[in-house]
Amino acid sequence: MVGLVSGLIIIPLVGALALFAAPARNARLFALLFNTVAALNALLLCRHFDVRASGVQLVERHAWIPAIGAEYLVGIDGLSLLLVLLTSLIVPFAFLAQRMDRGFCALMLVMQSALYGTFTAQNFVLWFLFYEMTLIPAFLLIKIWGGENRDRAATKFFLYTFLGSVAMLLGFLGIYLARGSFDFATLASYGKNGLLTGKLVWLAFAGIFFGLAVKVPLFPFHTWLPDAYESAPTGVAMVLTGLLSKMGIYGFVRLLLPLFPNEIRIIGPWLLALAICSIVFAPLAAWAQSDLKRMVAYLSVNHLGYCMLGLFAVAASPVGAAIDSQAALSGVFMQIFNHGITAAALFYLVGLLEQRCGHRSIDRFGGLMQRTPVLCGWMSVVMFSSLGLPGLNGFIGEFLIFKGSFGIAAPFTAIAIIGLLVTAIVFMRTMQTLFSGPLAESCAAFPDLLAREKIAIIPVTLLMFAIGLAPQFMFNIFNTTVTQMARLWA
Amino acid sequence: MLMIAWTIYVTFAGAVVLLFLPSIATRWIALTTTIAGLALDIIAFVRTPVADLAHFATIISVPWVPSLGMNYHLAVDGVTLTMVLVTGISAVSTVLFSWDVDYRQREFFFWLLLVVGGCYGVFLSADLFLLFAFYELVIVPKYFLIAIFGSTNKEYGAMKLTLYSFFGGMFVFAGILVAYVTTGSLDLNQLSQFQFSPELQSWAFPVLFIGFAVLAGIWPLHTWAPTGHVAAPTAGSMLLAGIVMKLGAYAGLRVAMNLFPEGFHMWSKWIAVLAVIGIVYGAAVALRQHDLKFVIGYSSVSHMGFVLLGLATANALGVSGAVLQMFSHGVIAALLFAVAGRMIYRRTHTRELDALSGMNLSRAMPFAAFTFVIAAAASMGIPGFSGFAAEITILIGAWKTYPIAVWITGAGMVLVAAFTLRALVKSFFGAVRAQTVSVPTDADWTEQSITLAEKCGACLLIFATLAVGLYPKILLDRIMPAVEAMRFLK
Repeated sequence: MVGLVSGLIIIPLVGALALFAAPARNARLFALLFNTVAALNALLLCRHFDVRASGVQLVERHAWIPAIGAEYLVGIDGLSLLLVLLTSLIVPFAFLAQRMDRGFCALMLVMQSALYGTFTAQNFVLWFLFYEMTLIPAFLLIKIWGGENRDRAATKFFLYTFLGSVAMLLGFLGIYLARGSFDFATLASYGKNGLLTGKLVWLAFAGIFFGLAVKVPLFPFHTWLPDAYESAPTGVAMVLTGLLSKMGIYGFVRLLLPLFPNEIRIIGPWLLALAICSIVFAPLAAWAQSDLKRMVAYLSVNHLGYCMLGLFAVAASPVGAAIDSQAALSGVFMQIFNHGITAAALFYLVGLLEQRCGHRSIDRFGGLMQRTPVLCGWMSVVMFSSLGLPGLNGFIGEFLIFKGSFGIAAPFTAIAIIGLLVTAIVFMRTMQTLFSGPLAESCAAFPDLLAREKIAIIPVTLLMFAIGLAPQFMFNIFNTTVTQMARLWA
Repeated sequence: MLMIAWTIYVTFAGAVVLLFLPSIATRWIALTTTIAGLALDIIAFVRTPVADLAHFATIISVPWVPSLGMNYHLAVDGVTLTMVLVTGISAVSTVLFSWDVDYRQREFFFWLLLVVGGCYGVFLSADLFLLFAFYELVIVPKYFLIAIFGSTNKEYGAMKLTLYSFFGGMFVFAGILVAYVTTGSLDLNQLSQFQFSPELQSWAFPVLFIGFAVLAGIWPLHTWAPTGHVAAPTAGSMLLAGIVMKLGAYAGLRVAMNLFPEGFHMWSKWIAVLAVIGIVYGAAVALRQHDLKFVIGYSSVSHMGFVLLGLATANALGVSGAVLQMFSHGVIAALLFAVAGRMIYRRTHTRELDALSGMNLSRAMPFAAFTFVIAAAASMGIPGFSGFAAEITILIGAWKTYPIAVWITGAGMVLVAAFTLRALVKSFFGAVRAQTVSVPTDADWTEQSITLAEKCGACLLIFATLAVGLYPKILLDRIMPAVEAMRFLK
């Protein structure tokens, strides 16, 4: 089927334009309509995707800017498909999360199209186009519809990310000059024998690493994140954490690790140390927060740290058993998906609490269990999923990451376990403060989950249980890709 | 091919005709004239085979003053055609954004059309004297446009611009005389075959190039640009930034670099140094401005720095990127000035960023906000807009010749993003909440919604920047062969 991948990118864009032809009142409905079409398209993509075949599939290739080696080249492999599915799931969830006017919906759709593009593009210039296309919509969404402190948060987010992007662009220009190609597959094939020579290789590496590390974000480049997530409106925070952070991780998997295997081996321990810092310090910071949303934001840094731990462990190991690498990589991919749905659900629930009592201060909640048992139960499920309770989705990914990384980089992994513990403490403390004790004043007139709110969150909850109990259907999507990557990096 | 020459005749004819018709028809004649010019450009652009644009092909050559070797000689290649196209686009949008001019209307459009016609003339001239005549012809109407119809400090701005232009023109004249006395010819095609002695080139090139570069806003001879832009009426700023600054860069390329290639090679690294200083300095100064038009004025200095850097690379990619940047900046600067001068200033009567930030203009004028967001994104080099296509091409070209310049320019790009963002935020998304909007002192504020003419003009410019940004091949296919045929390439 030709055009399926392009269709995915185009549908939300058409939707964004169509919104302005439709009546303003029903903007969100129209946006959801286009989301449904996009999701159907993604399912069709699933059907045509051969899980056993290796390499990039359903490729579309057209000449674009031959003068600088840029072509329109899109296609999917297991990882791309996983992220496309995640996008198709999270964006409609975000649309259901809050009221939005027309401009809001249009910007969200533009962002969705950019996400699809980022996850499917196979040529750097095209990939970079989509990668940057999220920037202005995200900035405006925070800036216009954000909460307190939105001005500072939006500007910080934009400039920080833009700085990273320019560094990455310059790094890639260096690579292009040396190798004459922007094609991911071609560049990856050079990676083994050294993509570049001399000082240039470290400059290029530093540029690309910085750009991606800001986007994920990896400690110590994470400082924009709590501000941005805190001031973003609920729907935007869900997309930011669920999907935009994945762009960074995707970039690590697709670009940095294949292109610089030798360099990563050299500074591997340092990278692992950064990942450990993300894992250990972020939940400590979360512990210290009194704002519920900020707390969830810091925990996000922690969960993304697990992904980075797995990735760096696999890439930095001089000799690792193939089975460990595969386990760690599978865990990373799993964690990408899990964190996407769980963090989005957490932000959604925090948004509901904020809607109901107009504040997010943890200490001013209390005794919610008495008034809203369903909401509390649901929130506990999501929190347990986030802290990695067996039987829920979070466990699978984290377990595999730890299992794989332990075989490769035992000392680092051992330290990382502290992160698990602190995360658990933070969540337990939060649950206790929120749910039990005397009923807080601000929560006195507090309705339980409404029907429409339940409908919005049911799909992801079902997925949490499904992945937690029988994760094989997820592994099927990316197994071949994992095997192939592990072999490539071994 | 011959039809492209008609752009000059049509424009001048329109200028004369509107003087003799009742003033009710004035702006319609101006619009018809510029649209006819644009239509001719587009027809020529589509109909001329790409292969014919690889060399500077004569379209008309009539003896003018045979005893002195002066000919009325026009020629066209890919570079010329690109410049002619941006002239047409800017001219149409300028007339549309001047639709409300009532004060001495006939005179205003007369001067405006003279500027446009003169620009067409410069771009198409293949005779040195003819080129110089058109070049000087542009200056006089510019002076009147600013001195009569301008605003802030208009006499000062107009006089500064004119004196700088004549100052540059003096150098140009000297350079032209040198070429003429040495060879006895004024024909650009003949001159570009002639071998000047290296000694002569070593001093003749800088004289000629600096003469032209004054009009391109080269640092440190750029100071006329911001004051001129601020003083000029909207149409004046749009033409000045959109086309007139390109005259300098274009003539530097077509005349100085082609005639004295060895002189160019001797001096090219100094041009690169000035260009890089211009990029960073322009952006840094723009970051500190309080007047929106000054911000945009300095951004023009920064963007023209990219053009000069591209020219200084002396390779096909860099120079082609410079030409693409001329097109791109012509469109983007026109759009920025249109929003600042026409949409904002006409309604709020202020361009002070601090005053604007209290008005929450994004609610009062959503279309203007949309336009400015697009213009800002294009200006800061977000992929998908023409600015990025041009800048990446220039940077790749520059990397081959001056790797260090690329890294400094990278810092400059971040500064550009920073000041553009600052201007965008302050002018449209001020920190004030919607409830406390305290604007427009103007009584008829509410009646002044964005007019159809403004919408058409903005859409034309947005379309141009998006079309070239998404598919730069359409221009690069025509520019690159023409550049490759020039003899200064290393």
